[in-house]
Amino acid sequence: MKHAVQQTPDTAIQITGLNKWYGAYHALRDINLTVRRGEKIVICGPSGSGKSTMIRCINALEEHQEGQITVDGTVLSSDLKNIDTVRSEVGMCFQHFNLFPHLTILENCTLAPIWVRKIPQAEAEATAMHYLEKVKIPDQAHKYPGQLSGGQQQRVAIARSLCMKPRIMLFDEPTSALDPEMIKEVLDTMVALANDGMTMLCVTHEMGFARQVADRVIFMDQGQIVEENTPEPFFESPKNDRTKLFLSQLLGH
Amino acid sequence: MSQSNDLIPPRPAPQSANGILGRIQALAAQGPSHLILSVISYAAMAAMIWLILRWAISPTWTAGSLAECREILQGQHGKACWGVINERWSQLLIGFYPKAEFWRPALAFVLLGLAIFAMLRVNARAMERKLAVIPFVLTPYLLWGGPIWSWVVLFGAACLLLVMNKLLRSTNAKADFAIRIAFIGAAVWLAMNISDALPPSLKDLGLEPVKSREFGGFLLSFLIGLSAILFSLPMGVALALGRTSKLPLLRVVSTGFIEFIRGVPLITLLFIASTLLNIFLPPGTNFDIIVRVIIMVTLFASAYIAEIVRGALAAVPKGQTEGAASLGLNYWQTQRLIILPQALKISIPGIVSTFIAVFKDTTLVSIIGLLDPLGLANNIRADSAWTGIVWEIYGFAALIFFIFCFAMSQYSMWLERQLQTGHR
Repeated sequence: MKHAVQQTPDTAIQITGLNKWYGAYHALRDINLTVRRGEKIVICGPSGSGKSTMIRCINALEEHQEGQITVDGTVLSSDLKNIDTVRSEVGMCFQHFNLFPHLTILENCTLAPIWVRKIPQAEAEATAMHYLEKVKIPDQAHKYPGQLSGGQQQRVAIARSLCMKPRIMLFDEPTSALDPEMIKEVLDTMVALANDGMTMLCVTHEMGFARQVADRVIFMDQGQIVEENTPEPFFESPKNDRTKLFLSQLLGH
Repeated sequence: MSQSNDLIPPRPAPQSANGILGRIQALAAQGPSHLILSVISYAAMAAMIWLILRWAISPTWTAGSLAECREILQGQHGKACWGVINERWSQLLIGFYPKAEFWRPALAFVLLGLAIFAMLRVNARAMERKLAVIPFVLTPYLLWGGPIWSWVVLFGAACLLLVMNKLLRSTNAKADFAIRIAFIGAAVWLAMNISDALPPSLKDLGLEPVKSREFGGFLLSFLIGLSAILFSLPMGVALALGRTSKLPLLRVVSTGFIEFIRGVPLITLLFIASTLLNIFLPPGTNFDIIVRVIIMVTLFASAYIAEIVRGALAAVPKGQTEGAASLGLNYWQTQRLIILPQALKISIPGIVSTFIAVFKDTTLVSIIGLLDPLGLANNIRADSAWTGIVWEIYGFAALIFFIFCFAMSQYSMWLERQLQTGHR
């Protein structure tokens, strides 16, 4: 698959010729991907296929050695200022939530707006409460993360990212560490977010979610994008053998 | 097993599980050998307390010498001679600091006590924290005295700096920093040179100067211990961050410093402070001995604190850094707001242990000739009136040290409970 290397105002993320090595191990190989504004992309693939590494490259949590990543018109370089700008525009949710345990839920949500965006505290708190209501846990605002269930914590993590008013949201296996009964509440939040028009890249194995909201599904294996398609044909008639194998294992049980 | 849709309602825990009664019952249930051992242990403790009290309760408070003590006790053996504490307690507290000026260290330590109390509360207001800085700035002047002008300049500068913190917010951080450094430099220069500019009648206005050699007793221990504690924490944190930094030079320098200091006994550093340093300093410089000792003890403590903090930094999950980074926080914001609060909480027991050790290690200064409580104890025992006194002086010193070390340890446990937020 070759992508035209050109950017339009409609492009949210442009990845060209991305390569990454961990020591001698070639983790990402010639990745090309263009994400339009408002597009929802689900990335799946076996463990170790590089899907997390790829989306972590987008906000520079991982360094890449070759290729170019352009996020919202900003080219990611080693310049730290650039990186902080990109990160404040790109929200991210992690598998293990990564909430700050020494701060209350509200403080978790207001910290970055106050310190990075220099927003007055009262305004930041109002915004935080707005998003906490959106993820349906405003009543927990003054508790600490350790007092919440996993599902609630992940919803707080989503609200915390949204408080920075990001243009793009990255999800790195947001439901993998959750009990089955809590997965739904997090997915519902993500679906609502998708319906609001957010640009989203989700690494997830929740295929129901993929069918429901994804504009495109990407299958990765051994550091490469093996197959990409709209959900319907991707699930019904995968072309690549490895995709077929993966899907049969995933849906088989 | 029969299946039922009814849930079993919760029942209260049995009485024996908790309370003193429960413990006695549990002890009795262990059988006679446990009971006998318990009785013997309690009896031994009671005997020890009785022995100490029998020694300590002794009507010798007014005695002027060991001979007078013996007269009062009329041949009773195994009794304390408290006259030495009565006669010398002020010396044990402040050494040879002028008696007429006793109010100065007293006032300084009362103010410091209040300030520390205000700072150590978890939920102290920002204003209280700022006010609490004042006694720390005031203490050196109260203790050493001398012409007031340099201190007025420094104190004024410190106040201005607080005001500047308010005004200079949210602009360029680097420029902010540069302005502050320049401001501090200018203040120090002014403080050093201001007396030349003043008319002779005003020049010497201020408290009577007290020389460092006159400082002694617990005043000296507190002064050295408190300063070392105060300065070694930020320095230790900086060294820990340096040692975990990605910048090779910073890492090598921090690691080298920590390993060197930890590889050298404190007493060696103190000897360097008292003798060797004079050789390296330009001739004629009079670098205060107490300041030299404080610097050495601070360096010593900071190396240990750095290692404790480094361990704690490693214990904070990597996801915390990533979470902060994903929100756009820069390195310093991440360290200050996310990593250090968690790391310092983990390292409270280790840090307080180091503080306690440092406070007790201040007694080593008696070896380089400073008159801390132990140095004074030797002095007093050399006095012909008190030759032969041992337990009373050292016991008194031990008691005071114990009170403060115990308080520190209790505070650390209280702080840990206060910072518990239900995670882990």
